Amino acid sequence: MIAELKLLKLQGKQYIPDITKATIPPPFKGKPIINKEPADKDLLESICPTNAIQKNPFSIDLGKCTFCGACAFYAPQKITFTNEHNMATNVRENLIITEGEENHILLNEALIRKEIRSLFGRSLKLRQICAAGDNSTELELNATENVNFDMGRFGINFVASPRHADGIVISGPLSVNMAEATQICYDAVPNPKIIILAGTDAISGGIFQESPALKREFIQKYSIDLYVPGNPPHPLTFINGILKLIRKKM
Amino acid sequence: MNTSINELRKKNIQTLIKKFVSVKNNQAIEIQSVPILNYTDFYTTVVDIIKSNDTFHCVNYYAYPQKNNLQCIIAIADDETKNILLLSHIIENAKKKKLESITQSIEAMHIFEREIAENFGIYFENHPWLKPIRYPHNREDTSQNIYNYPFYEIEGSQLHQIGVGPIHAGVIEPGHFRFTCHGETVHHLEIQLGWQHRGIETLFLQKTKLFQRNTLAENIAGDTSIGHSVVFCSVIEALNGSPIPQKLELERTIAMELERIAMHTADLANLSIGIAYQLSASVYAALRTPIINFLQSWCGNRFGKSLIRANGTFHPFSLILAENILKLLHNYEKKFDQMSQKLFSLPSAILRLKGIGNVTKTQAQQIGAVGMVARSCGIIRDIRASHPSMAYVYNPYFTSITTTGDVFSRALLRRMEIKKSIRYIQSLIHLWKQNNETIPSPILDEQLSLKKEHIAFSLAEGWRGEIVHSAITDSTGKIIHYKIKDPSLHNWKALEIALRELEISDFPINNKSFNLSYCGNDL
Ligand code: SF4
Repeated sequence: MIAELKLLKLQGKQYIPDITKATIPPPFKGKPIINKEPADKDLLESICPTNAIQKNPFSIDLGKCTFCGACAFYAPQKITFTNEHNMATNVRENLIITEGEENHILLNEALIRKEIRSLFGRSLKLRQICAAGDNSTELELNATENVNFDMGRFGINFVASPRHADGIVISGPLSVNMAEATQICYDAVPNPKIIILAGTDAISGGIFQESPALKREFIQKYSIDLYVPGNPPHPLTFINGILKLIRKKM
Repeated sequence: MNTSINELRKKNIQTLIKKFVSVKNNQAIEIQSVPILNYTDFYTTVVDIIKSNDTFHCVNYYAYPQKNNLQCIIAIADDETKNILLLSHIIENAKKKKLESITQSIEAMHIFEREIAENFGIYFENHPWLKPIRYPHNREDTSQNIYNYPFYEIEGSQLHQIGVGPIHAGVIEPGHFRFTCHGETVHHLEIQLGWQHRGIETLFLQKTKLFQRNTLAENIAGDTSIGHSVVFCSVIEALNGSPIPQKLELERTIAMELERIAMHTADLANLSIGIAYQLSASVYAALRTPIINFLQSWCGNRFGKSLIRANGTFHPFSLILAENILKLLHNYEKKFDQMSQKLFSLPSAILRLKGIGNVTKTQAQQIGAVGMVARSCGIIRDIRASHPSMAYVYNPYFTSITTTGDVFSRALLRRMEIKKSIRYIQSLIHLWKQNNETIPSPILDEQLSLKKEHIAFSLAEGWRGEIVHSAITDSTGKIIHYKIKDPSLHNWKALEIALRELEISDFPINNKSFNLSYCGNDL
């Protein structure tokens, strides 16, 4: 008993007191800033592994970006990845960062369904569906519930049964082989329900775009309540994204 | 008398070895220099050499399609000489061909023959278990899909089946587990995979840019991003014929060992959850965090994605990082030791871990177990020692094993390996500090010129076990075939075996004690 208590003491306080104010130190790659400096745009476009870079206007789509940092490495005068981890949004287009633009990535409040805040504001149970995710997003989603991030304090938890869930969190690019299971699981969640896409692979297919082994119709069929970018998304990106979705004031 | 028999055996092995072409890990050779035998000769040579000594095991056997033919290439690791032995045979007009199965003689070959059968429609006669392994998009028989997998059925009025998955209760990858039980007792477990199939090997050819392929390698299994991307870069560097600075090798090796510590710690945390010991679950989970946060402070990503690039890196290691990791490991070890001493001496924990989920050494050898699973059954199999690359060449790693083959054995091995990795990283940092080389930026596509009509094999010991990548180039130096093998491909069978005659309630801790990769298998 004494030994256990000593061990506990040795651990100290592990939890992050205020999740909404927590920061991640650089070189964590969060929201990029693209300035108007000239750069070899062709090179940057061709270097990007996932076609996240578009030339006209020059932009980076965080729904496709794997945050590999290659573009910033070859054009540091033009592209800087800040450590701003608040990147989740309910509007797909908001993930496209255009040159010269320095705004925060926000949620469009008008598009948030009323019942999300009235029903899920204090309690949100989620069923996670790994649809060909590579296990890094899954590990980070598990981390949201660990002693550091402790997402449970906000009433947000992952649950085993879709019947107990208020929504689903999809990770991975959605393989053909998981298409039917994903649909069945979603159908089993009672209404009203939300859909969250966690990670670049889920949002756009990521590096797996154009793979003949994917079937992404599910994503097109439903409206998505939250896009959480990252490869994988950082637990803080995920938790803060959900809090913004379900709570009005924070 | 004995010596002469031994000598005869040795001679015999020598003659067998001469039928192969021998290469080193990370060595590219002309594809033409891989000998082609007729199937009967191939069959006997392969069976004879693998049976001749435990130091031989097949690390890959795959088919590479050319027009109507298939060239089937086998790579056998010879742990004694540290060589990889290559041999091949050709299946002409490969559609619906029948071949005698090697699995009859060497069970470990079952998975490779199944893969070739599934991809190309080759029928291996007398194969005891010729079943699909991942339902890839380009499989030969598309009339079959993942929902009509032929499960093994045992009949009996008292028996029942339990199906779990593809979606599991926790936040983990999908797979289907089919238990055939009598009451609480599991007589048979069959694991059906493929749900995670993303067509990675196809994408390796479709996406021709180096950074694209590098990113693909990082996403084969996100918990082994470093392992798989190191092996990928080694293949490219071998084909490009460009040696890399020793300092970069040291940095990659540090990353490999950090990935091992992080994942082994996560596994100990998960095992603790499995036995409902909250204290060690929290302590180990909390111990993993600074390690992955260190990776983030190095490259911006907690899993080391974007850290490993061919011929150079965006993120060179630094003196500050070196000091930080030494300090961090020092603190880590203090807490880790205290927790582990407690956990591994706690009667209620030991009772839960010991004597369940046994895999014997013989079974592990039969199924061709690799990595952690092999070592926890007493088999010394470790690419770091047997076919070293990177810093393992000049800073030898001495492999640890545990022998009881149960959940306890797998937990204890993790504890031992974590300790070893800490010592090993300390020695790497020491070497790194003495090295004054400069680290180049990653090589770009324009600077790359891959050897023409060559084949290269690269192997490394990831935290789960041996990772093997292989590439073949055409007459213009373009990669026309890319093959990936994750250690889990072999080791899933061990979980099936471990569950036999266990109570079904023991499944979760067994599953956690193996922690195999679904996406590594499914590709
Ligand atoms: S950081 Fe994103 S945008 Fe830049 S090259 Fe990598 S994937 Fe492309």
